[in-house]
Amino acid sequence: MKEISCKLIVVGAGPGGYVCAIRAGQLGLDTVIVEAGKLGGVCLNVGCIPSKALIHAAEEFDRARHIAAGGSPLGISLSKPEIDLAKTVAWKDGVVSRLRGGVAGLLKKGRVKIVAGAAKFRDGKTIAVETETGLQIVRAEAIVIATGSAPVALPALPFGGPVISSTQALSLAKVPQRLVVVGGGYIGLELGTAFAKMGSAVTVVEAMARILPQYDAELTRPVAKRLSELGVKTLTGAKAKGLSAKGDALLVDAGEDKDVRLGADKVLVTVGRRPVTEGWGREELVLDMDGPFVRVDDQCRTSMRGVYAIGDVTGEPMLAHRAMAQGEMVAEIVAGHKRSWDKRAIAAACFTDPEIVTVGLSPEEAARGGTAIKVGQFPFAANGRAMTKLAEDGFVRVVARADNHLVLGVQAVGRDVSELAAPFALALEMGARLEDIAGTIHAHPTQGEAFQEAALRALGRAVHI
Amino acid sequence: MGEHVIKLPDVGEGVAEAELVEWHVKIGDLVREDTILAAVMTDKATVEIPSPVSGEVLWLGAAVGDAVAVGSPLIRLKVEGEGTSPSRAAAAAKPADTPKEVAKSARKAPAPAPSNANVQASAPAFGAPRPEGERPLASPAVRLRAREAGVDLRQVPGSGPAGRVGHQDLDAFIARGPQAAHATGLQPNNSVTDVKLVGLRRKIAEKMALANARIAPITYIEEVDVTALEDLRAALNKKKRPDQPKLTVLPFLMRAMVRAIAEQPNFNAQFDDEAGVLHQYGGVHIGLAAQTPAGLMVPVVRHAEARDLWDCAAEVARLAEAAKTGSATREELSGSTITITSLGALGGVATTPIINHPEVAIVGVNKITVRPVWDGSGFIPRKIMNLSSSFDHRVIDGWDAAVFVQRIKTLLETPAMIFVEG
Repeated sequence: MKEISCKLIVVGAGPGGYVCAIRAGQLGLDTVIVEAGKLGGVCLNVGCIPSKALIHAAEEFDRARHIAAGGSPLGISLSKPEIDLAKTVAWKDGVVSRLRGGVAGLLKKGRVKIVAGAAKFRDGKTIAVETETGLQIVRAEAIVIATGSAPVALPALPFGGPVISSTQALSLAKVPQRLVVVGGGYIGLELGTAFAKMGSAVTVVEAMARILPQYDAELTRPVAKRLSELGVKTLTGAKAKGLSAKGDALLVDAGEDKDVRLGADKVLVTVGRRPVTEGWGREELVLDMDGPFVRVDDQCRTSMRGVYAIGDVTGEPMLAHRAMAQGEMVAEIVAGHKRSWDKRAIAAACFTDPEIVTVGLSPEEAARGGTAIKVGQFPFAANGRAMTKLAEDGFVRVVARADNHLVLGVQAVGRDVSELAAPFALALEMGARLEDIAGTIHAHPTQGEAFQEAALRALGRAVHI
Repeated sequence: MGEHVIKLPDVGEGVAEAELVEWHVKIGDLVREDTILAAVMTDKATVEIPSPVSGEVLWLGAAVGDAVAVGSPLIRLKVEGEGTSPSRAAAAAKPADTPKEVAKSARKAPAPAPSNANVQASAPAFGAPRPEGERPLASPAVRLRAREAGVDLRQVPGSGPAGRVGHQDLDAFIARGPQAAHATGLQPNNSVTDVKLVGLRRKIAEKMALANARIAPITYIEEVDVTALEDLRAALNKKKRPDQPKLTVLPFLMRAMVRAIAEQPNFNAQFDDEAGVLHQYGGVHIGLAAQTPAGLMVPVVRHAEARDLWDCAAEVARLAEAAKTGSATREELSGSTITITSLGALGGVATTPIINHPEVAIVGVNKITVRPVWDGSGFIPRKIMNLSSSFDHRVIDGWDAAVFVQRIKTLLETPAMIFVEG
C-alpha cells in the first residue's frame, strides 16, 4: 500500500485525539487520525455518553416507579411501569451513533484522513497501521499519542463470564437481579445507582473506609443517603477475593477476619482506569514515563522531539474535557502558535444521585497549602428552585482565600448540579473573587442562586439564610 | 441693568487677530474699571486688555489658545445702566451660545487629565497585591495574549483586585517594552503630561516649523581669533563712563556685520518666496535671539548702521531687559532683517542656527575659549571664538556665505578695521 506522508498523525480518535485532529484540520494541517475501534473513543462509545443515557433512563424509570408506588407528592398517579433494557440500550446506541456520525463529519470537514486499524510506532516519525486491506505506513512531522485508558482488572477477578467492566455493563440485554459492584468510585456508583433504579439488588464493595473516597464526607453524604434509600448496600473496608466456585457469588474479605459471600448475577468491576501504554509500539520509542503515564511537559511534548501525548495516557485527572483541551492546544502548537498549558480549573462531574461537581481546591486541600481560607456553603433546602424540583438535598460550597477573597475552589452536590460546572470553572479560570460572584446577578428561580449565596455567605452577608 | 460688550481692540498695526493667552477673570467675577481682563499675544508681544467699565463677567468669548479676530466680542459684562448693547432681544439671544463656549473651554482645559487618570489607575485599587512567587491572576484571554506576545505574566503588575492582570495592564507592559526587573527599587515613570502649546511657545513652534519647512539652509562654521578684540573690549570697559553700558562682544559683532553688509547687501534682506522677491533693506535691523523666562524672543536693534558701538551696546541692554520682563512692544519684536543668536556663557563649540524666517542669514556666536595656536615656532594661547552661521541657500550661494563670514572674521580679528572707514 502506498505510504502516506502528512504533517500530523493522531493515534487514537477519542475526545482528545479527534479534537486535536479537527482543530489541526481547521488550521490547515495535513492530518491523519488512526483508530482501531470506533471514532469517539471510550467517552463517546462506552463511557461518558452511553452511561449518561443509561443513567437518565434509569432515573426516569425510578421516578415513574416512585410515583406508581404512591410516593410522589406531585399529585400524579401511574400504574406499574416496566423497563425493557434492550430497548433502552438500543436508544442509547442511537444517541451514540448520532454523535459518532457528527465526529466523522467534523473530521471530514477538516479534511482529516481517517485510517482504521491498530497503529504501531515504527519510529518517532512513522506509524504502521494494520488495516483491513493491509499494512499502511504513515509518516509525519509530528505524532500525537492519544491512546487513552482502559478499565483496570483485578487479578482475582479477571473480566469474563459474570465479571464485567463498565463497557459491558452499558450493553446488558436485561437488568441483572443481583449486581455486585467492586469499587465505590464514581464509575461504580453511577452505574450501580442506575441498575438499582432499574430494579437490581445492588451491593457496592469498596476497599476504602467510605464510598467516593476522592471527595470529602460532606459532599458524599447526600449520595450515601440516597443509595440507602434505593436499597443499595455498601460494604466499605472490604476486599473482593474472587468468585465462588459456581460463579454465582462474590467472596469478600470484609475485614476483622470476616468473610462475606455476596450472591451475584453480575459482578461489575470498576476499580479504576489505567493508561494504555502498551500495544502501540512504545518499545520502539524512547519515551520518559511518569509512573504508568507518558511524561509530558506543559506543551504536551514527550521526551522525543515531534512526539506529543494527550489525554488519559498522560495522567490524572483522566477526563475527556482535559484531553480535548490538550488536543486543541497541541494542534495549535504544531501549527506554529505559541501555546502552553496554563489552565487553572478542570471541573469534574460525578453523575451519581444526587450529582457531585467539583472544581479547584476543597477546603481541606486549600488549608493544607497553608493559606488562610474562607468557606461559604449554601444548602439547596433554602433554594426555591430546588424545592420545586423535590431536590432539596445538597449544597454549593465556595472556598476562597481569606486575604484577597480569590476563589480557590467550588464544590456542589445536588440534583443536576453537573450543569453548574460551567459557572464554577469560569469563576476559577477568570480569577474571580468572592465579590465577583456575589456581585453577579443569578437568575431567579434557579439552583445557580445557591452559588451566589454561598459566596455571600463566605463574605458574611448571605441573604436567604 | 445693561450689558457691555468688550471687543478685542486693535493691538497693533496690521494685526488682524491675536491669540488669547490668559484670562484674568472668569464668569461671575466682579470687575472694576481698569481691571485686567485678559492677555492676548500678537507675534511675540503680549498685550493686556483692561476693562473700561465696572460690572460682572457674563460671558467669555474665547478659550485660552484661541485666535481672536480684532473687533470681535471678547467678553460681556453686566453693568449698571444701559450698557453698550441695550437690545434685550440680542442679550437674550446671545446667551444661547454661552453654554457652547463654556463647554468648549471646559473640554479643552482638562485635556491632560485622562492621561493622568490612567497613571493613577495603574495603582492597585483594592485587595492585597499578588504575593510574590504565586501564579499570576489573569483571565484566559489575557494569558493567551501574553503568551503570543512573549510576555511572562509574572513580570506584569496587575492593577485589578487581588493583583489581577487585565488587558490594560498587559497593554501598558507591552508599551513599556522590554526592561530589567525592578530589583534596584527604581521604578519606571510612565506618566505623560500633556502641555498645551499656547502663547509664545506656540508662536515659536510655528515660526520654527515654518523656517525649517521653507528654507534650505547652509550652515558655515569658522573660528575667529578674538584675542585682540577681547583686549580692546577689556580696555574700553575699564575706561568707560558710568553712564555707558558694559560692552559685550555683541556690539562689536553688530558693527562688523554692518560693515560686511555694506559689501554684501543681499544678506540684509527678507525673502518673500511666494512672490519671488528678495527685499534688500538699507537699514540694518539686527534681531537678537534672547532667552526669556517665557521662551525665545527676538527683540530688534533698529538701524544698527546708524548706531555707534556704545549706542549698540545700550540698545542691546535695553531690549534684553524689555524682553526678559515681557514689556517689549510688538514693534520692538518685529522687523529684523538679519539676526544674531548667542548662547552667551553656555556657548558651545558649534550650533546650527535656524534662520529667522523670512530673513536670509543668521550669525551664531559660540563660546570664547583659550586654545593653543601654532604660530610657526610654538604654541601660543589665543582666545578663539567660533561663529556658526546659517544662510538661506535658495538665495545665497555657499561661496558668498563663506566670503561674508570671512569678512566678519577679518574685522573681528583686527578690530580697528571695524572703525576705520575705507
